[in-house]
Amino acid sequence: MGKLNILTRGFIRENPVFVLLLGLCPALGVTTSAINGLGMGLATTFVLVMSNLVVSIIKDVIPNKVRIPSFIVIIASFVTIVSLVMEAFVPALFKELGLFIPLIVVNCVVMGRAEAFASKNNPFNAIIDGLGMGLGFAFALAILGGVREILGSGSFFGIPIFEGDGMLVFVLAPGAFIGLGYLIALNNILRKTIE
Amino acid sequence: MAKKESTFLNMVITLLVVTAVASFTLASVYNLTKDPIAKAREAAKQQAISEVVPEFDNIVTMKFKSIDGPDSLEFSLAYKNNELVGIAVATYTDAGFSGKIKAMVGFLPDGTIKDVVHLEHAETPGLGDKIDKTKSDWSNKFQNKNPENGIKVKKDGGEIDAITAATITSRAYCDAIERAYATFKANLTSITGEADSSVSQEENNELATQNGGE
Repeated sequence: MGKLNILTRGFIRENPVFVLLLGLCPALGVTTSAINGLGMGLATTFVLVMSNLVVSIIKDVIPNKVRIPSFIVIIASFVTIVSLVMEAFVPALFKELGLFIPLIVVNCVVMGRAEAFASKNNPFNAIIDGLGMGLGFAFALAILGGVREILGSGSFFGIPIFEGDGMLVFVLAPGAFIGLGYLIALNNILRKTIE
Repeated sequence: MAKKESTFLNMVITLLVVTAVASFTLASVYNLTKDPIAKAREAAKQQAISEVVPEFDNIVTMKFKSIDGPDSLEFSLAYKNNELVGIAVATYTDAGFSGKIKAMVGFLPDGTIKDVVHLEHAETPGLGDKIDKTKSDWSNKFQNKNPENGIKVKKDGGEIDAITAATITSRAYCDAIERAYATFKANLTSITGEADSSVSQEENNELATQNGGE
């Protein structure tokens, strides 16, 4: 498998949200605005890259039966580091996202990549996979957040687009499901055309 | 390299090493970020205080037990030239749409609200988050109101227009302000009383240096 292939498949062909349907809890929960989605996606990307790297380095010294607990400890550590560093140096962003950062621990994208890819591949490929999947995740969350923000609040990345209140349902939970459904359909069409 | 066997000893050692390394790393990061985090929180609080009270040259902090809850509220008494010019109360409510809302309410000495800013909230973006001053000027409605007869949204018989489609959040915000006001009223004597004594003792020194600088 080519390196470029590993990097780019996370965007359309194997997008964690639109195709693998992993990590839907944060994908539905935080995407009330484009910036929230993007911020959450980037924080997840960092955790994914770091945990993939560490898991693929130590994969041979971890006995099979305790690999899952070990992975979880590693992932949880990186999430805590992100949370602490964020609060210390970018308090404004932390104010928006702080609540959702601990959710990265239970994001199945991170666990899934550690188990399915990093524990079977060399560290370099694992980093690329983490980066590709993470950016694909961030991409999906930003788009979903953008759609919901435009329709629900009438703005995009906080910049007002039209006057008025927008369709409230898109800011609330049902809008997340509706938006996600249409985006998955779009992604399916897109994949068919590419093939 | 061959994969390690899943013997009991191997598993124990592996988990021990993994958790030990993780604990050590987290402890180091925590130590590194402790001070900046404390500073950022303090800065946010000071910023909020200065937004809700009139111009001041000294602050005295006190804590009073909330009249209806286990938590105590932090009062910051603002003085200018030894005179009490405003009281900033860090208050909270549990009645928010999604969890606790924390806010800083500024009173003038007669109990009139100077201004209100939120400190923390997790309300719905686009709806309840209009309590945020940077997103909407809704919270300006509280300015110059005297909560003596209660601060309530119109649906509850008060005079505050609730945020469209976010009555619960608006109601919660009123609840936080009423809590601050009630606690402020209940401790009025000790606020003004203690204020006088502390002014005469501690603050004169600071004021002397400040006046000298001017």
